[in-house]
Amino acid sequence: MPIANHHSSVPVIVDEDKCIADKGCTVCIDVCPLDVLWINEDTGKAHMKYDECWYCMPCEADCPTDAVTVNIPYLLR
Amino acid sequence: MQINDIPVIETDVLVIGGGTAGPMAAVTAKEQDPSLNVMLLEKANVKRSGAISMGMDGLNNAVVPGHATPEQYVKEITIANDGIVHQPALMAYATRSFPMIEKLDSWGVHFQKDETGDYDMKKVHHLGTYVLPMPEGHNVKKILYRRLRRNRVQIENRFTATRLLKDPDGKIAGMIGVNTRTAEPIIIRAKAVIMATGAAGRLGLPTSGYLFGTYENPANNGDGHAMAYHAGADLANLECFQVNPLLKDYNGPACAYVTGPLGGFTANAFGERFIECDYWSGQMMLEFFKELESGTGPVFLKLDHLAEETIQEIETVLHTNERPTRGRFHEGRDVNYRQRMVEMHISEVGFCSGHSASGVWTDETGATTVPGLYCAGDMASVAHNYMLGAFVYGQICGESAVEFVKSRSEPKLDEDFITRELERIQAPMKRVDGIPPEQMEYKVRRLVNDYLQPPKVTKKMEIGLERILAVREDVPNLCARDPHELLRAMEVQSIIDCAEMAARASLYRTESRWGLYHYRVDFPDQDDSEWFYHSRLFKDDSGQMASGKRPIADYLVPLGEEKDAYRKMRVQKAANG
Repeated sequence: MPIANHHSSVPVIVDEDKCIADKGCTVCIDVCPLDVLWINEDTGKAHMKYDECWYCMPCEADCPTDAVTVNIPYLLR
Repeated sequence: MQINDIPVIETDVLVIGGGTAGPMAAVTAKEQDPSLNVMLLEKANVKRSGAISMGMDGLNNAVVPGHATPEQYVKEITIANDGIVHQPALMAYATRSFPMIEKLDSWGVHFQKDETGDYDMKKVHHLGTYVLPMPEGHNVKKILYRRLRRNRVQIENRFTATRLLKDPDGKIAGMIGVNTRTAEPIIIRAKAVIMATGAAGRLGLPTSGYLFGTYENPANNGDGHAMAYHAGADLANLECFQVNPLLKDYNGPACAYVTGPLGGFTANAFGERFIECDYWSGQMMLEFFKELESGTGPVFLKLDHLAEETIQEIETVLHTNERPTRGRFHEGRDVNYRQRMVEMHISEVGFCSGHSASGVWTDETGATTVPGLYCAGDMASVAHNYMLGAFVYGQICGESAVEFVKSRSEPKLDEDFITRELERIQAPMKRVDGIPPEQMEYKVRRLVNDYLQPPKVTKKMEIGLERILAVREDVPNLCARDPHELLRAMEVQSIIDCAEMAARASLYRTESRWGLYHYRVDFPDQDDSEWFYHSRLFKDDSGQMASGKRPIADYLVPLGEEKDAYRKMRVQKAANG
C-alpha cells in the first residue's frame, strides 16, 4: 500500500530570531511529553515536526528566550 | 550478559513511568534502602512527563484530620463507586493520605492554608469534605525531579517499555523496550518492577477528531495495561470507563474542584442547577449526559453570576495550572466567564482509576497477581485515586518492592521470548510501505466511539469487537518511517489491546452500574445478586482473553443509612416550582 504525505497546520510556533537551538539549546525538545519538537536540519532551530500536540505548554514555559508560542490546534479552535 | 548483541542492563528495582506515582516509588525505594539500584524509565522526560506536566490545582481526595476520618472517606468512595471497591486498599490510602500531604509540604509543595495556618479544606463531595486547593501547584514536577536527583535514582528518558519479562517460575524478571529517538532496543533485568504508566487515555476519540486532544496526557495510551495483560496479570472492572465532564472542544476539566467552592456550578441551557453535587462520579455523569441530550441541554459551566474578584481568582488558577492554554482557547472564541456561560461536553472514554475504578488489579500493598510486579497511579485498580492516591500508592509500591527484592535471587531471562519481542519491535521500520500508525489509531479509536461509548448496547458492542479484531489483523502491515513513528506504531498495538479489553469487559458484566460509566441500555438495572463482584480480565492458559469474577473483600466500614446517597443526584423541583 503506497503512502502519501498530507499537510497540517501545527499549533506550536518557534520564533527563529529568538531560538538558540543552533547554539546547543534543547530545552523545548527535552520537555515535550510527546517528543514532537525537533531541530530543523536546514535552519538549526527548533520546530514542530509532528502534529501530535497536547498544547500543554512546558515548551513555552521553559524556553529561556521566549521563542516558543503554543496555539490551540486548528481543529479545536 | 548480552542477548542478540544487546547488553542487558541490571537493576534491583525498575520503575516504569516517571509522572506522578513513578518518581515517588523510586524515591521511596531509595529512602528505604540506599544501597539498592533503582532505575526510573520514562517514555518522555521526567522533568515534564505525565498527567501533572504543568502542575495540579488541588487535591481532590485529601483526608485531613479535623475535617474527615479515614472511615468516612472509605464509606464515601464505596458509595460513590456503587459498592465495587477493595476497601482495604481504600483504607490504606485514607490512613496514609495526611502523612503524604505533610511530606509533600515539607518538600516545598504549596497547599492552600487558612488564616490560622490550617489546610483550607473545601466540600465538593456529596457527603464529606476532601478537597484541598493548591493554587500554586505548578511546581510539583520540579520538586519531584529534585528528590530523584538527591536520592540518586538512575533516570532513563525517552525509552518506552513494550513487554514485561518473567522468569520460568512466574516471577517478574524485567522488561524490554525501545528508545523513542534512535529505535535502539533496551533489555533490563530487574528483581522487582513497579509500573506507573498512567491512564489508557487514547482509547476513545475526542469529538474534535484531533487524536491528541485527549483529557489525559496522550503519552498515557495504555501501554501499562497492555503489558500487564500480556504478562498474565489480572485487570479489574475495565467496563467502569472514565468519562469526564469537560469544556466543549477543550480538554480541561470545568467545574467541580476549582470553581465549585467559589460558587460556580454546572447548569443547563436555562442557567439552572440540575445536579446536587459536582464531584465526579458515574451517577453524576449519567445526569449530565441526560441533560446534555435533553431539550434543556446542552450543559454549561456557569460563572457569570460571580463577583469580579472571584472570577479573577478562578482565572488565575485555571489559566496557570494543569491546563494553562485554556485562557487562549476562550480568547480565540471570544468567551469571557463574566459575560456568558461556557459550553461543556463529555470526554472520550478511557481507563483511569484516578477518576473511576478500572485498571490492573492491585491490593493494599500495590501488588498485582504477578509476583514482583507492582502498580500505582491511574493504571492501578484502586478507585478514585487522583494525584494524592498516585503519590500514596507510589510510596506503598516502593516499600513493597524493596521488601520483595530482599529474598529475591537473580531472575532468569527467557531468551526466546526476548528474540520474538525484538522482532515485533523491529518489524514496522523494516517495511517501506503499509499502514502508518496514525491511520490505524484513528480507525480503532473511531470504532471505540461508535460501538463502545455509553450508553452501551450489546449488539453494537459485539459488532465493535469484531471490527476491532479486524484492525488487529492489519498489524503486520504497520509501517514506520522513523523512530518516532515506531513509538506510535508500538503505542497503537497497546491501544488495540485496550480496545479489545474494553469491549470484552463491557460485554461480560450484564447489568448497569456506575451511572454512565457502564450504562447498558438492554440491562438497565443494577443486579447485586449476580454482579456484586469485581470483574476480572486476564490471559488464560491458552493465551485467550478471558473474564471472571473476584469476590469483594469484607467491608471494613459498613455503609449504613447513606448507602444510596449517590443515587440521588438530580435536583428535585419544588412542588410549587
